[in-house]
Amino acid sequence: MMADNKNKTPILELRKLCRYFGGLKAVHEVDLVLEAHALNGLIGPNGSGKTTIFNVITGIYEPTAGEVIFDGQSIGGLNPYVINQMGIARTFQNIRLFPNLTVLDNVRIAYHPYAGYGMNDAVLHNGKFNQKERELTEKAQDFLRVFNLQDRQAEIAKNLPYGEQRRLEIARALASNPKVLLLDEPAAGMNPNEATNLMELIHFIRGKFDLTVLLIEHQMRVVMGICEKITVMDFGEVIARGTAQEVQRDKHVIEAYLGPGADELSKQYLKEKAK
Amino acid sequence: MKKINKSTIFFLIGAALVYVIVQTLASLKIINTFWETILLLAGVMAIVSLGLNLIYGFNGQFSLGQYGFYAIGAYTAADITYRWTQLHSAEGLTVVFFIAILTAITIVVVQKAVSKIRGLDTLSAFAMYLAVVLAAIFAAVKLGQLVANPITALLNLLPAKTAQMIVYVIAIILGGAIAAEVSFLYGLPILTLGSDYFGIATLGFTIIVKVLLDNSDTMLGFQEMKGARGMIGIPKLTNWTWIFIFLFLTIVFIRNLLNSSYGRAIVSIREDETAATSMGINVPFYKTITFVIGSFLAGMAGGLYAHVNGFLHPNTFSFVKSFDPLIIVVFGGLGSVTGTVTASFGWALVLEGVLRLVLPDGFETWRYVVYPILLLIMMLLKPNGLFGNYEIPFIRSIVPPLKDKANNEKKSEEVA
Repeated sequence: MMADNKNKTPILELRKLCRYFGGLKAVHEVDLVLEAHALNGLIGPNGSGKTTIFNVITGIYEPTAGEVIFDGQSIGGLNPYVINQMGIARTFQNIRLFPNLTVLDNVRIAYHPYAGYGMNDAVLHNGKFNQKERELTEKAQDFLRVFNLQDRQAEIAKNLPYGEQRRLEIARALASNPKVLLLDEPAAGMNPNEATNLMELIHFIRGKFDLTVLLIEHQMRVVMGICEKITVMDFGEVIARGTAQEVQRDKHVIEAYLGPGADELSKQYLKEKAK
Repeated sequence: MKKINKSTIFFLIGAALVYVIVQTLASLKIINTFWETILLLAGVMAIVSLGLNLIYGFNGQFSLGQYGFYAIGAYTAADITYRWTQLHSAEGLTVVFFIAILTAITIVVVQKAVSKIRGLDTLSAFAMYLAVVLAAIFAAVKLGQLVANPITALLNLLPAKTAQMIVYVIAIILGGAIAAEVSFLYGLPILTLGSDYFGIATLGFTIIVKVLLDNSDTMLGFQEMKGARGMIGIPKLTNWTWIFIFLFLTIVFIRNLLNSSYGRAIVSIREDETAATSMGINVPFYKTITFVIGSFLAGMAGGLYAHVNGFLHPNTFSFVKSFDPLIIVVFGGLGSVTGTVTASFGWALVLEGVLRLVLPDGFETWRYVVYPILLLIMMLLKPNGLFGNYEIPFIRSIVPPLKDKANNEKKSEEVA
């Protein structure tokens, strides 16, 4: 809906990005353009380098070669916290909350760069501290309301049920005020019903927070259901890109997922089915 | 706004009661010198362990270097007061003062410069810091010697007791400051190490300090420290009042720090470093600052310790002893301020006090057998430590209640 009125300037761009681990080319010369306010998908078989791309974008790994351009700036090799403060937030494949802290604190930590008071104010607990801390807490609580976690705010994060942990992780990522949100397999381990809710949630937050979303996902129903454009990777290289329909019919994609020769078989199958 | 929490009032009343009761009992001689010394040692140990708890319990850095910084603080403070009382000179005070100040300034300046260089590796940064800091120390020594005589004359104008007290308090704070600065420099190259390797590297620090102190008269040239023979002639100035003031301030400081956004940033690193850095937390900075604060507390406690017995020996700071604060922190509960303070007092009272009296004559050293057995039983019964995560209400961060705003229209668009 809103995506159409936005001008299609790239907000995140990967140019010939490479990341090698010794002799292993985990990511090799990947080009990827993410337009502002897009909701794109990144798929591929296990070990094809999707999460490595996320790790390079967020600064956990340095790129071996190539460039990551965010908002017109090259961010390859910067510290992860700097990249986050510039406006890229992510979630993790295996949930990485702060397990022993409360739900509220999980979100408040993401606000830390915007705390607005110095360490001296914190140590003295003075008026400025009290005021800013109250503002920060209220903001965090508003956030929890959006994600329907407000009744859980005092709970320890690791005690939450799985689906809520996923939601909390997305809430925490959004609390750091990003322009681009990278979701790494958000629907992993969810049943179809939960996955549907998640799809609605992703749509909702994209509109509400004016986000650009890139997601990695294995559940094809989710990817095909919400992604406008899909990039398919195999062995560290991009093998196809396009809309869901285009990608589904692509010869390379079918072979990457089902093995060599699968393309022929699937065509035969479709022919027989048509008869 | 101006409302003071109930828990704060309870804490203040409780603290005042503890102070008054111990003070009266001591002045009535119901608590004799033996037990009073043990209480002082317990307070000192509580400050050291609180520092370690901040580093290990809250920040997740497994450090065995706490006693090294404790030793630095002890010897620094002792040297200052020794020079004042025995040599009647404020030279120690002024020199160390300028070392602390100039080093701090240079560190801040170099940090600003270094942060602009992209992709500088840690060792080169460390070399830069070291070179500049050494120059600053050289300048500080000259500057300190220059103003030593005027300052001595100035302090002599005051009544002797007051002057001594001023020197004593400044000495303790300077002890902490020097320990903090050393910890910054030492932490620079090693804070990038993972937790086990960090433990080994800090253990190495304790050993380095111990060896240096063993040879402090020959290698370092401090005749008054007397190397492995032990330093004597330090005025016994630490009393229950000072211990109480410093411990009280430490507890309030740690409580305020932890219950702020900065404290949450520190704890988030313990919880998950990768997630913290991905959430915009400057992990290297908070690791360093926690290590520095923890070492500052250790150095300060060292200064207090030096003036308890008036005697310092390098063996007090051997690496075997450096496990004491670690045991206290784990015993009291990792990440529990309440637990650490309780465990420190328990440790001193039981190990040095009760067991010494309970065990028959000639078997006093057996307390080192009884005490580990007690520890073992304790850890089997309560693997999370005495208090686990428990905090008294004053220290525990409260989860503020949700404001019941008119959210009904908002709720309708929420996604379940």
